[in-house]
Amino acid sequence: MQAATRRKPTAFGRILVLLGALLLPLALTASGTAETPEGLPPTMGPPQGNLLMSGNQAEMWRAVRMGISGRVSILDEKAGTLVQSGGEDLRAFRNGPLSSGGGWLLLASVLVVSAFFAYRGRIKIDRGKSGRTVERFTGFERLIHWVMACSFIVLALTGLNMLYGKHVLLPLLGPVAFAELTQLGKYSHNYIAFAFMASVAVMFVMWVSHNLPDRLDVQWLAKGGGLFAKGVHPPAKKFNAGQKVIFWAVVLGGFSIAFSGICLLLPFEIHPFAATFKILNLVGFALPTDLSPLQETQLALLWHGIMALLLIAVIIGHIYIGSLGMQGALAAVTSGQVDENWAREHHSLWLAEHRGEKVGGDD
Amino acid sequence: MARMKFLCDAERCINCNACTTACKNEHDVPWGINRRRVVTLNEGKPGERSISVACMHCSDAPCIAVCPVDCIYQTEQGVVLHNKDLCIGCGYCFYACPFGAPQYPQASNFGSRGKMDKCTFCSGGPETSHRPEEVSKGGYGRNRLAEGKLPLCAEMCSTKALLAGDGDEVSNIYRERALVRGFGSGAWGWGQAYQMKSGS
Repeated sequence: MQAATRRKPTAFGRILVLLGALLLPLALTASGTAETPEGLPPTMGPPQGNLLMSGNQAEMWRAVRMGISGRVSILDEKAGTLVQSGGEDLRAFRNGPLSSGGGWLLLASVLVVSAFFAYRGRIKIDRGKSGRTVERFTGFERLIHWVMACSFIVLALTGLNMLYGKHVLLPLLGPVAFAELTQLGKYSHNYIAFAFMASVAVMFVMWVSHNLPDRLDVQWLAKGGGLFAKGVHPPAKKFNAGQKVIFWAVVLGGFSIAFSGICLLLPFEIHPFAATFKILNLVGFALPTDLSPLQETQLALLWHGIMALLLIAVIIGHIYIGSLGMQGALAAVTSGQVDENWAREHHSLWLAEHRGEKVGGDD
Repeated sequence: MARMKFLCDAERCINCNACTTACKNEHDVPWGINRRRVVTLNEGKPGERSISVACMHCSDAPCIAVCPVDCIYQTEQGVVLHNKDLCIGCGYCFYACPFGAPQYPQASNFGSRGKMDKCTFCSGGPETSHRPEEVSKGGYGRNRLAEGKLPLCAEMCSTKALLAGDGDEVSNIYRERALVRGFGSGAWGWGQAYQMKSGS
């Protein structure tokens, strides 16, 4: 019976309880107001109640500065981070060492090639053209080479435009034309990248067996590949040591650039750097392993740039020696037919093998 | 000329999200884009604090520094604006921004994010003339500054935690508050945003 009456309080009772609840805080604060100095407005004077920051507040703000996340009513978790400092590092590195270092590197590459041209001139076929040719690369090999070459040049130019265009092309073209061009460049870069990746993969399978290092490479390198003296022609198979270096630079550099590029195509999704840094820390590095998705993407952007600039510098040398720098070399990737004398001078063992001659003593 | 700044008083923000709602409504900000957001730290624990954050219109803005097409610029009042016609959606500004301000219509579609969008300090975009009767074109939102008004997020703030306007006045108000209260967590984010040029 009593329980029933408790469950159904009268309307008057409810109002009393409500009033009580409303007045209770006032009664409590009444004792607090006594501490306020006379004559001051309610906002003045010492803080009321238990409002003072506890000691860990300062720690919290420091943590905010270091990039901790809070809760946010947005589905994107990244929005929970108040301050991220990785962006400052990205800016400092991209606009600093990456831009200037990359610029110097490309300039150095061009200068080295020019100096070599000035010193050595165009490397001629010592015995002159024989008039007889031999097929060096099949149609398929040449196709892969040119898919890679064309895609690489587009990727390199559009990529360099992202880094340097603002300083080089923008003043020439004006903001609208430059933005249109860069937009087109971005789309080209993002889609032509797949042609490059595919061609690197096919080339790897196609040529890897010819590019494994062997004793001949030591010999070839010891003689400087015959690049610095007339009439010196260290023996080589299908690829000499210099070409093997290009091959592995393209395979490893290409893979690294492609992978970091995929990380940028799918931003915040792939996190390779924390895992890589963990491994590097095993051998004495002290790199951060607790990286946010945003930091992973920032690192991918920088790594993409570093590796791309290095590879471009290497490829400038490759393009030079394969065209202007050496008589008879370009034919290998155009018609595929190289002059016999050229083949004998630069790829003696390959030529012999190709003709079914027995090669004595070597490897 | 006044240097426009935002300041969020963490001792006052009650995480009501009126600022984010006001911003969305005032500028017809599309679904999925949040020019302003409220982040709650230490939620449910002693010392919980909420902070409303948007583009801080930095003095030495990292977004401007990394934009490959130079589409972001700073007005005389210190407001960081951008030209959507020039933006190529590369995402660099988001990577560089300390406050996560730049937003894109798409998270990623092979990097085709669409045009960047962010807080304009309620001052429209490059296409807006400073005639009050003209509402901004091109998806930048209204130009309240040209109408002599301040950003709506701050005007809408129920506890006046969020302050926007002339940096000197904003910092005076905050200093007075901190003095009266006897404490304050400092002008949140100001070191990060304004340390290059601002004296305060």
